[in-house]
Amino acid sequence: MIPHMITARPGGRGSNGPGPISMAEFLQRIAERGDVEAFRKLFQAYAPRVKAYMMRQGANPDTAEELAQETLLTVWRKAGLYSGEKGSATTWIFTIARNLRIDRLRRELSWVELPDGHDEEPSPDALPDELLSEQERKIRVQAALATLPPDQFEVVSLSYIEGLSHSEIAERLQLPLGTVKSRMRLAYHKVRESVEDLK
Amino acid sequence: MKITHHPDPASLMSCSAGSMPEAFGAVMAVHFSLCPCCRQELSVMEHIGTTLFDQLMPATVVRPAPIAAMRAMEADDDARVTPKTAVGDVPQPLVASIGYHLDKVPWKRVGPGVWQHQIALSDPSRGELRLVKVGPGQALPAHGHRGDEMTLVLRGSYTDSSGVYRAGDVADLDDAFEHQPVADAIDGCICLIAVQGRLRFKSVIARLAQPFTGF
Repeated sequence: MIPHMITARPGGRGSNGPGPISMAEFLQRIAERGDVEAFRKLFQAYAPRVKAYMMRQGANPDTAEELAQETLLTVWRKAGLYSGEKGSATTWIFTIARNLRIDRLRRELSWVELPDGHDEEPSPDALPDELLSEQERKIRVQAALATLPPDQFEVVSLSYIEGLSHSEIAERLQLPLGTVKSRMRLAYHKVRESVEDLK
Repeated sequence: MKITHHPDPASLMSCSAGSMPEAFGAVMAVHFSLCPCCRQELSVMEHIGTTLFDQLMPATVVRPAPIAAMRAMEADDDARVTPKTAVGDVPQPLVASIGYHLDKVPWKRVGPGVWQHQIALSDPSRGELRLVKVGPGQALPAHGHRGDEMTLVLRGSYTDSSGVYRAGDVADLDDAFEHQPVADAIDGCICLIAVQGRLRFKSVIARLAQPFTGF
């Protein structure tokens, strides 16, 4: 795990907090008035990481670059769907990149749609409390992941970052499918426990 | 709708990672459309992806921000939130594939009291997705699974050794599980079933011998 050294990383601790304009706010500006400068900022902050993600998912550098451009273009096009209380800007951009990867690299349909902001639970305006618990949840998830045993972290990372299915992970690690799933479950419960009291 | 059987947490993670074979992703999407509690879980799981994504070493981006392409592109008005109104009894994620009404699906009879309808996937070698309709009180032969199987009830219910499955419930089974589902005595059962598909010679033989494999 890489320690949390760079404080200005996109979607980091400061993203919804006070201080300089947050990524979520740039996203809101794009949603509200098609702010081109805000888009440029988002692009600078996220495109390098989206490209890295696509490369880890098996894309060559050219394709990865194209997919990074396309991810950010989708952010522009669908900014109207983003609502701050549904999650951080990073989470939203990650889900866009994830769905684009399924579509382009796997050439499959991503059935699970982007969160579309009209779920029953959250209120239309983000309450400060909700933002706080959102940030808090994020910090807890980071901490929980950092303390996972290596064998559990490995399957989680292969799933999220390399994009492997359970059976592909089993094949890669020469493990029975059941072992892969039970490691995933253990990791899940640790993450879940760490945020249990926030909801 | 009271949902009592939810997907395995390992499936939830794989889904939030975007790493599930398509057939299973489809079943999960339908379940999410019916189960607020799993939607909530999914959003927690997405933090795992976000956290790992955040920790990636950024790659050097060669091309500038696509401002021209972006300007040429109007904001997607469809992306604005439009509440989805229920027209029929088919959950939203399936409407594009099978339309609004379960009764209007072009069912194919595959045995006494059993009908099915295959839903096309982008890559059929990675799995199969089908709707299965079972008549009232009809029992299916006991079966194990060649690979993972995920079943979601859309209408009616069925019972097996692990309990009663009603609309919205998911049976997330691995290949070790053997069961003999029996459809509800009055309403029968309509399910959406994803099976893991690797083309194996053995399974082709099994398919020839018994048109209703996967069960």
